[in-house]
Amino acid sequence: MSTTAAPPPKAPNLNRIGLELSSYKGGKSTLCAGCGHNAISQRIIECFFEMGIPPWQVAKLSGIGCSSKSPAYFLGQSHGFNGVHGRASTTATGAVLANRHLIAMVVTGDGDTASIGLGNFMHMLRRNVPCVYVIENNGVYGLTKGQFSATADIGSTLKTGEANELPPIDCCLLGIEMGASLVARSFSGDKNQVGAVLKAAIAHRGLSVIDIISPCTTFNDHDGSTKSYAYMKDHDVPLHAVDFVPYFEDIEIEMEEGEVREVVLHDGSRLRLRKLDRDYDPTDKLEAVRAIHASYARGEVLTGILYIESAKKTLIDHLNLVDEPLATLPESKTRPGRAALDEIMEELR
Amino acid sequence: MPIIEVSPRSETIARERPQVVNDFSIQVATVNGSGSQTANLVLMRSIFQMGVPVSGKNLFPSNIQGLPTWFTIRASKDGFIGRKKEIDFLVAMNPETAREDVESLEAGAAVLYDEPLALDRLRSDLHYYPVPFDKLVAPVCPQPKLRKLVRNMIYDGAVAHLLGIDLEEMGKALFKQFGPRKVKAAELNWGAVLAGADYAEKNLTKTDPYRIERMDRTQGKIIIDGNTATALGAIFAGVTVVTWYPITPSSSLVESMMGYLKRFRTDPETGKATYAVIQAEDELAAVGIVMGAGWAGARAMTATAGPGISLMSEFVGLGYYAEIPAVIVDVQRVGPSTGLPTRTQQADLLSCAVLSHGDTRHPMLIPASPEECFTMMEDAFNLAEEFQTPVFVMSDLDLGMNSWMADPFPYSDRPLKRGKVLGVEELERLGGFARYRDADGTGVGYRTLPGTPHPAAAYFTRGSGHNELAQYSERPADYIRNMDRLARKFESIRRAVPRPEVVIDPAASVGLVCYGTSKYAAEESRHQLAAEYGLRTSYLRLRAYPFTGELTDFLERHARVYVIEQNRDAQMLALMRMELAPELTAKLRSVRYYGGLPIDARSVTDEIVLQEGL
Repeated sequence: MSTTAAPPPKAPNLNRIGLELSSYKGGKSTLCAGCGHNAISQRIIECFFEMGIPPWQVAKLSGIGCSSKSPAYFLGQSHGFNGVHGRASTTATGAVLANRHLIAMVVTGDGDTASIGLGNFMHMLRRNVPCVYVIENNGVYGLTKGQFSATADIGSTLKTGEANELPPIDCCLLGIEMGASLVARSFSGDKNQVGAVLKAAIAHRGLSVIDIISPCTTFNDHDGSTKSYAYMKDHDVPLHAVDFVPYFEDIEIEMEEGEVREVVLHDGSRLRLRKLDRDYDPTDKLEAVRAIHASYARGEVLTGILYIESAKKTLIDHLNLVDEPLATLPESKTRPGRAALDEIMEELR
Repeated sequence: MPIIEVSPRSETIARERPQVVNDFSIQVATVNGSGSQTANLVLMRSIFQMGVPVSGKNLFPSNIQGLPTWFTIRASKDGFIGRKKEIDFLVAMNPETAREDVESLEAGAAVLYDEPLALDRLRSDLHYYPVPFDKLVAPVCPQPKLRKLVRNMIYDGAVAHLLGIDLEEMGKALFKQFGPRKVKAAELNWGAVLAGADYAEKNLTKTDPYRIERMDRTQGKIIIDGNTATALGAIFAGVTVVTWYPITPSSSLVESMMGYLKRFRTDPETGKATYAVIQAEDELAAVGIVMGAGWAGARAMTATAGPGISLMSEFVGLGYYAEIPAVIVDVQRVGPSTGLPTRTQQADLLSCAVLSHGDTRHPMLIPASPEECFTMMEDAFNLAEEFQTPVFVMSDLDLGMNSWMADPFPYSDRPLKRGKVLGVEELERLGGFARYRDADGTGVGYRTLPGTPHPAAAYFTRGSGHNELAQYSERPADYIRNMDRLARKFESIRRAVPRPEVVIDPAASVGLVCYGTSKYAAEESRHQLAAEYGLRTSYLRLRAYPFTGELTDFLERHARVYVIEQNRDAQMLALMRMELAPELTAKLRSVRYYGGLPIDARSVTDEIVLQEGL
């Protein structure tokens, strides 16, 4: 996640690698006014700008749906891949295998992740593929005009008044259970939390699953919906205040003992979780699962860093890949010599 | 007990028929999971080491243990290594199928069988060799647990004696088969071979005409299955990302690949892997990972069979439209649906040629031999990257899983064709690029790889409508321009695919067209047609789709052209009808075999004779 570029003289509107915010912007959004996804796109733009990551180091991947369109609206200088419905988990895995130095970012939705692509998502979790996996979760299918998705809560209603009766799939619980090494939930309306969580995910080495409740103003923002702005304002319960201190900023904040939990990330950045109502240990898997289930019982939506295992082996570790990207290895490394073929042929004679 | 129940008829046969040397087939009927594969490969290899051209075909059930399986070895002094329809020498080890196996033989065939089966009571026109396997195995194999496996080696010894196979060659074959790490097991098995040979020598009197005699037609050749050859082809073509989901008959392709990759593609300096192999959760993921990797610049491939192809359909359409290099090996088996998973067919041609919804067209390379499995992987990767599109390699179960005699593979040091990829310097010079603009009339545009450190490098890949600048577009003019360019690109691919193998007989008005493993039956049938019916034929073996000018010339030149293939619906012929002029396709006739066994020459010949009215 680091860059070796020497920091140029810092001007007020340039980041530490000398780029303007505009270098991180994308095309004009075609999503509805007020869509939560637009706010998330804006956070992504700010995060990469503030972290001083060159846009060319990022690969954006998505599936199909409103959320999956959004990679066109941020990081215009990053490669984007809007593939088939539900399979961004697979294309992202392939991209990371081809070039382990890419920062792969999947931005996709609840239809992609919890329905059509659920199986592939689960296996991406198992593999702990290094990737920032953002779920823009609004509980409905927008482009097909407002059907329930698999993350809709029991009792949540459509605009027609029809209530959902089936239990929701909680992608965070899946993430914790199946092997993601950073799992967070947030709300698109919580600018600071989304920003801090995104930065932590970008700095984290491994798979980060970030489930962001992102209201659909057209089809799921009415009374009776549990994914509306109003509902989230009333039910969002942050676990902690999330601060992200990048490795290149040497900030020491005086804090009383027991007030903050600090997690050091792979690149030396620090994730500081300030205690709010309760103490929460995000490295305790069972605690995380218990907390999420308990929040259901209370009708709360827990947000923040639910789980983190910062040193967990990734797919790249398991495969013991060479340091250079496989995509650009020279032929001298990818084609065995004549002697190797002779040896094999001799064995087959 | 008399060793041979001599019937007057069989004696007549033995006397009248001259010796048949190096030109017959042996079939071993056993039970799946009984370990007979090793015995069969040793027998095959012994004949190979005697210098006699040979092929081995395993006919096995979709089952782990217990169902019948047959292994057929063909020795052919003339080098015909396709399946022979008739069985000349049967080794009957399976009580369940023995009756049917014996009844389907032609008069004069030989049967070596497990004595208690008393098969000699079934017919009187065969040569019988009973062997008491259980009695023989006990002394050579003290551990009862292993006897089931070791007893198969006894027939190797007995057959070697009866056919005149040099035991020394069989010993070499056996120890090679077991390898240096299993010497003890090899010795145990070798004891069984000797016991079988000894029993045969002392107790059996040869009456059948079949004999193996030393020749020199296998000098320098190798024995290999097509899947291993394909795996090696990919490795020597610089593959870096391999994905798969286990499916018969393609599993062994990636499995053998993993062994060779570890040996030959571990970076000697760091001990790290210059490759990634992923066993995916399904074929959608397998091809999705390949698409992501190909997009990011890796030489990526997957291997599958028909059901996997069906699942990959959506992604392959994306690869075509978004222009992503990918190599997909289809080791074809019998469809539709689950079909006959362990039997062979060439029935995925139509679906692969146009896989996915909308207007699509995909190149297919069609290997017919292990050598081509090897060389065509380099061709496939080069085509995929040069033309930025998915490429299919259409192998089949017969080629992929059976053992073939082959020439050693040629080493290629031609530089890999990585296609139009712009780096920082080019971007600096050009200032930018239009991803989907025809760069040079070939229909192919420039691409860049994610991670290229330049502000102008990025573009947006999408399966939705896009213009030349890779921007979202629903404009009819943009769509048509793009689709027409893709059609143009397919024409460029036509000029780049491997050309067919053509043999013109200037006196022939009849032509035979075949592809893949139908080659062997077609070649042998040509020989039969000429020798038995005086019908001279020309020959064209397709090695790729799209079709090239050679095919048009061939059709123009001949009055009638028989397309020989292993599917019900004449799929290659249908592709020709889609693409070629009606006056040419009017000359086409169809010869098909689709029972799941490898196609045989006699069936082809009989069909052509019938249609020709000879």
